[in-house]
Amino acid sequence: MTDKIKIKDLNFHYGAKQALKNINLSVKEKEITALIGPSGCGKTTFLRCLNRMHDLYPGNRYEGEIIIDGKNILEKGLDLIKLRSRVGMVFQKPTPFPMSMFENVAFGVKLMGIRKKKEISERVEKALRDSALWDEIKDRLNEPALSLSGGQQQRLCIARAVAVEPEVILMDEPCSALDPVATAKIEDLMTDLKKYYTVVIVTHNMQQAARVSEYTGFFMLGEVVEFDFTQKIFTAPANKLTEDYITGRFG
Amino acid sequence: MPVIDRHKADKAGDALFKGVSYFFALLVIVLMALIFVVLFKESLLSIRAFGFKFIYTSVWDPVAGEFGALPAIWGTIVSSIIAIVIAVPVSLGIAIFLTEMAPKGLKGPIGTAIELLASIPSIIYGMWGLFIFAPLLSEYVEPYMVDYLGFIPLFNGAPLGIGMLPAGFILAIMIIPFISSVSRDIFQMVPPILKESGYGVGATRWEVIRKVVLPYTRSGIIGAVILGLGRALGETMAVTFLIGNSHRISLALLDPATSISATLANEFTEAVEDLYLSSLVELGLILFVITFIVLALAKLLIGRFSYKGGNL
Repeated sequence: MTDKIKIKDLNFHYGAKQALKNINLSVKEKEITALIGPSGCGKTTFLRCLNRMHDLYPGNRYEGEIIIDGKNILEKGLDLIKLRSRVGMVFQKPTPFPMSMFENVAFGVKLMGIRKKKEISERVEKALRDSALWDEIKDRLNEPALSLSGGQQQRLCIARAVAVEPEVILMDEPCSALDPVATAKIEDLMTDLKKYYTVVIVTHNMQQAARVSEYTGFFMLGEVVEFDFTQKIFTAPANKLTEDYITGRFG
Repeated sequence: MPVIDRHKADKAGDALFKGVSYFFALLVIVLMALIFVVLFKESLLSIRAFGFKFIYTSVWDPVAGEFGALPAIWGTIVSSIIAIVIAVPVSLGIAIFLTEMAPKGLKGPIGTAIELLASIPSIIYGMWGLFIFAPLLSEYVEPYMVDYLGFIPLFNGAPLGIGMLPAGFILAIMIIPFISSVSRDIFQMVPPILKESGYGVGATRWEVIRKVVLPYTRSGIIGAVILGLGRALGETMAVTFLIGNSHRISLALLDPATSISATLANEFTEAVEDLYLSSLVELGLILFVITFIVLALAKLLIGRFSYKGGNL
């Protein structure tokens, strides 16, 4: 397995406050990497470094390197628009845009400059099939996306991210607003997605990390305490802190 | 038992509170109705004399005792439309700049400046318009407008600096603070996570604003525009200073015109005859109805465009 993303000595500051300290880890290509840890440990902050979402807000500062396919994405002058179409994102809550289901999925496709109607609808259909939503909504694609249930909305958002054909998909607690049935569907979907995409997921749910991921990173107070095969983290953690966390002694 | 006593007192207080709230809420409706009734009653004389002719004839001759309101209605509506056409893009620009682009140090000062603009009395806008803005227009803007755009009937007329277009300009300046501060508040309510989703699929700032923020806030923005329109329709002093007060209908926007409120402000003190006074009151009644219709339309529009569901 090759490394898709290599993070070297990453430090991140929100203004004067340091949120990430000396992060070093590698994300393998076409695998699922899970990030776990107590609230405020920096795992979401770390995830949002990978598509430089922090750049939307003033006063944030990165140090170190995040290398995707051999190129440091923290370099000055990097095209953020291009980066974000390569590194897609799914959020804690479903965030459908106030438009039809079709338009939601076509949103990013159109932004890429694809104008031909046929090509757009082919990509929308493919993205919806990949997100296991096609059969459920194919007859009402022109209805508002907000008429879908929460779980369907979240899969629509995954389809929207997938339609751009990114290389990496970041998921920030994608199931935290969903019920167990919808959660199970999204987890199935993740394992399908890793055939084509590198997935990094932040989760509060340790069982979820154990079920879907190959690699797990345990974050605490802005540092990576342990990063290893998921199986190893959950059966024979090397660090006492990791063991305490996964056995529920704190967190 | 003290517990039961307290319970009783609470109940009485609750009932009293409910009664008082009801009273004030109903008071609004009663006031509305009373204003309408009084306007209607006072304009009965004119309604009997002219009937519907009052609305669609354009002769306004107090000496001959002939009154037609069309020029005033026309002026009220056209000057407000000019104001909205100018003010909406500018206000949205200001609001978008303040919420999406302005560096922290600029947000506060600009926001405060806009709120201050909203609190300047309209007579001051009127004086500024008459003494500073109108001469500038007649000297540097309107002559060129007539020369280069004069082939379009709208941009023709006497370049006096006083007329329908200048009135529309000043109205635009007056309603920009309202529309932009309300729109800013609405834009601020867009969940950051929704905008991030737009950026997350590779949208630029402009694309996020146009395709995510504006559709999401559409009904609120329509409300803000209607608020501005309502104010423009009824604005009196500034318009009276600048519109020229001429009871004529002209397609040329540079020509002097009049509006309902300007007519009222100018002529109320001169109206000694009963029919004249009654006609002026009927003008007021018409303004009341126009405003009512605009607000009702706004409610309909907001209902149609409202963002359904979604709990971000």
